[in-house]
Amino acid sequence: MARYFIRRVLSLIPTLFVIVTLSFFLIRLAPGGPFAREKAVPEIILQNLLKRYHMDEPLWNQYVRYLGDVVRWDFGPSFRYRDLTVNEMIDSGLPISMLLGVTSLVMAVVSGVAVGIVSALKQNKWPDYVAVSLAVIGISVPLFVLGPILQLFVGLRWKILPMGQWISTHGWKAIILPALTLSFPYFAYIARLSRASILEVLRSDYIRTARAKGLKESVVVWKHVLKGALLPVVTYLGPAFSGIVVGSVVVETVFLIPGIGRPFVQSAINRDYTLIMGEVVVYSVILVVANLLVDIIYGFLDPRISYK
Amino acid sequence: MTDEVILQVKDLKTYFTVDEGVVKAVDGVSFDLHKGETLGIVGESGCGKSVTNLSIINMIPSPPGKIVGGKVLFHDKDLLAMSPSEIRHIRGNKISMIFQDPMTSLNPFLKVSTQMVETIVLHQGLSKAAAKEKAIEMLKLAGIPAPEKRIDQYPHQFSGGMRQRVMIAMSLSCNPEILIADEPTSALDVTIQAQILELIQELTTRLGTAVILITHSLGVVAGTCDTLCVMYAGRVVERGITDEVFAEPKHPYTQGLIHSVPRLDRDNTDRLFSIQGQPPNVIDLPDCCPFYPRCEKAMDICKKKYPKIAHFDQGRAVSCWLYSGGKDE
Ligand SMILES: Nc1ncnc2c1ncn2[C@@H]1O[C@H](COP(=O)(O)OP(=O)(O)O)[C@@H](O)[C@H]1O
Ligand SMILES: [Mg+2]
Repeated sequence: MARYFIRRVLSLIPTLFVIVTLSFFLIRLAPGGPFAREKAVPEIILQNLLKRYHMDEPLWNQYVRYLGDVVRWDFGPSFRYRDLTVNEMIDSGLPISMLLGVTSLVMAVVSGVAVGIVSALKQNKWPDYVAVSLAVIGISVPLFVLGPILQLFVGLRWKILPMGQWISTHGWKAIILPALTLSFPYFAYIARLSRASILEVLRSDYIRTARAKGLKESVVVWKHVLKGALLPVVTYLGPAFSGIVVGSVVVETVFLIPGIGRPFVQSAINRDYTLIMGEVVVYSVILVVANLLVDIIYGFLDPRISYK
Repeated sequence: MTDEVILQVKDLKTYFTVDEGVVKAVDGVSFDLHKGETLGIVGESGCGKSVTNLSIINMIPSPPGKIVGGKVLFHDKDLLAMSPSEIRHIRGNKISMIFQDPMTSLNPFLKVSTQMVETIVLHQGLSKAAAKEKAIEMLKLAGIPAPEKRIDQYPHQFSGGMRQRVMIAMSLSCNPEILIADEPTSALDVTIQAQILELIQELTTRLGTAVILITHSLGVVAGTCDTLCVMYAGRVVERGITDEVFAEPKHPYTQGLIHSVPRLDRDNTDRLFSIQGQPPNVIDLPDCCPFYPRCEKAMDICKKKYPKIAHFDQGRAVSCWLYSGGKDE
């Protein structure tokens, strides 16, 4: 187990290396640059800027320098927000985005699994129909539609919850609408997934054995069905977390949340090279670590898997 | 085997409603089981053997299935009329089951100890520790080496044959009066099949358990069963004492089955006999003898009406128009 863990952690290094390298060059390939403006910057100032950010050097040198900085977790100054370093922006935004992401994931898993169980056990009765319809809506309505609808009704018309901004402004109530928006599609998918998987396990041979032993239906469900049936949900946590991280870029923009999502979008538009790269690295680390955690949890839950 | 009847299946009918119509999976099956008897149920795949036995402990998945008629009397109490909690007290306790595929019949996520102990605690009211002792003892009886150690393993750590031994140990752990074994060896390697059958026979004889052994192999029946029921398209077409049925099969279908068993003691120059045609689709069967299209002795009446049961000595019964000469029921 320890050896497996170490091997997996070490294998993250080449993964991240490839991501950093590809992103570095892809961004440079995109037309425009951080100093391209409608109104041209005077040549002499441009030269000075390029020099200050080492952009007058050959691309290869810039790349090697960047790699060295990243290893020291130093993402350099932002091109656009002149008085901030990328590290400062990430340090202030990341906790907010993580709180939003983790809250949404927990909400999605808890409510998704609960609805999945009810829906499977009441198959083809009204609770099942309600759950299935909800799931269809959740999967088909995009975040940038759901968010504004919630803002409009819950925030603006009924004034139950704040329309946007964060805990620092409105207190804990501020997290509810964005987390709801962000978790909804994942709630829907997890509900569908757990429903299907519970129904499949309910038909399996070992559940027939459990019933033939005279166990009560509640024992059959809680002790024999759920563990196996919820494993696919655990597998899905990796992709779900990635999705939530990406989705949070949209939700942070819609709800004006000071996380790392909004600066990410802005940085891409501004060709703020250092900020884009810093965000890409942070997101990649979050995703690969999340996937590693899921694999390890899975190994603990499924006795048939042994890590060597 | 004694004269005491412990289980009477009377005119059992279990139908499934599917998109294409009504599947009469079991349509009027009757038989008796005596204390300590080993009864074989044979027939081609799909003839209703498994459904018959799931019906006995009232475990037909519903929908689509429904037991639409008949009685299953266990010590004169109708299992089909019992409340869910009453029948749960019978399942796994008085009547237990082993299934065909040992690879999928144990819960892969729970240790063998958990699965065995829960049954014993439930039905015998032992403490967990005492139940585990009992479970280890059963595993030992079932021929599992080092049971104290293996009981704490998960099913995937056992081979197919070993898992079936675990199933046997588990199903006999509450000392049931009846063990229903649904093709317990069909999914196993040929070399292991005989061992498993022997184990079932040995343990049930020792514990005095009556057995309903479902199989599609007449060879298995010949070696193990006191009595036998031959099923065809949801009905019992012939039943009787195994030796007598083998010595003188009466129903043309039974005759065909017995002749199509390869035998080492006859000369094998002829081609192996086989029954022509396919078993019928049991959806919306008309009220004729379902075997007549494949029957060499079919008569006009066979196409019009299902034959009455003809009874003979020693519990022999045949559903065939050839025996209208037998006593009518
Ligand atoms: N859950 C079900 N739904 C629909 N039909 C079923 C179901 N279970 C069994 N049947 C039908 O009942 C008939 C008898 O099945 P079964 O008892 O399993 O046969 P076997 O003799 O091979 O054990 C088959 O025609 C099968 O298609
Ligand atoms: Mg079967």
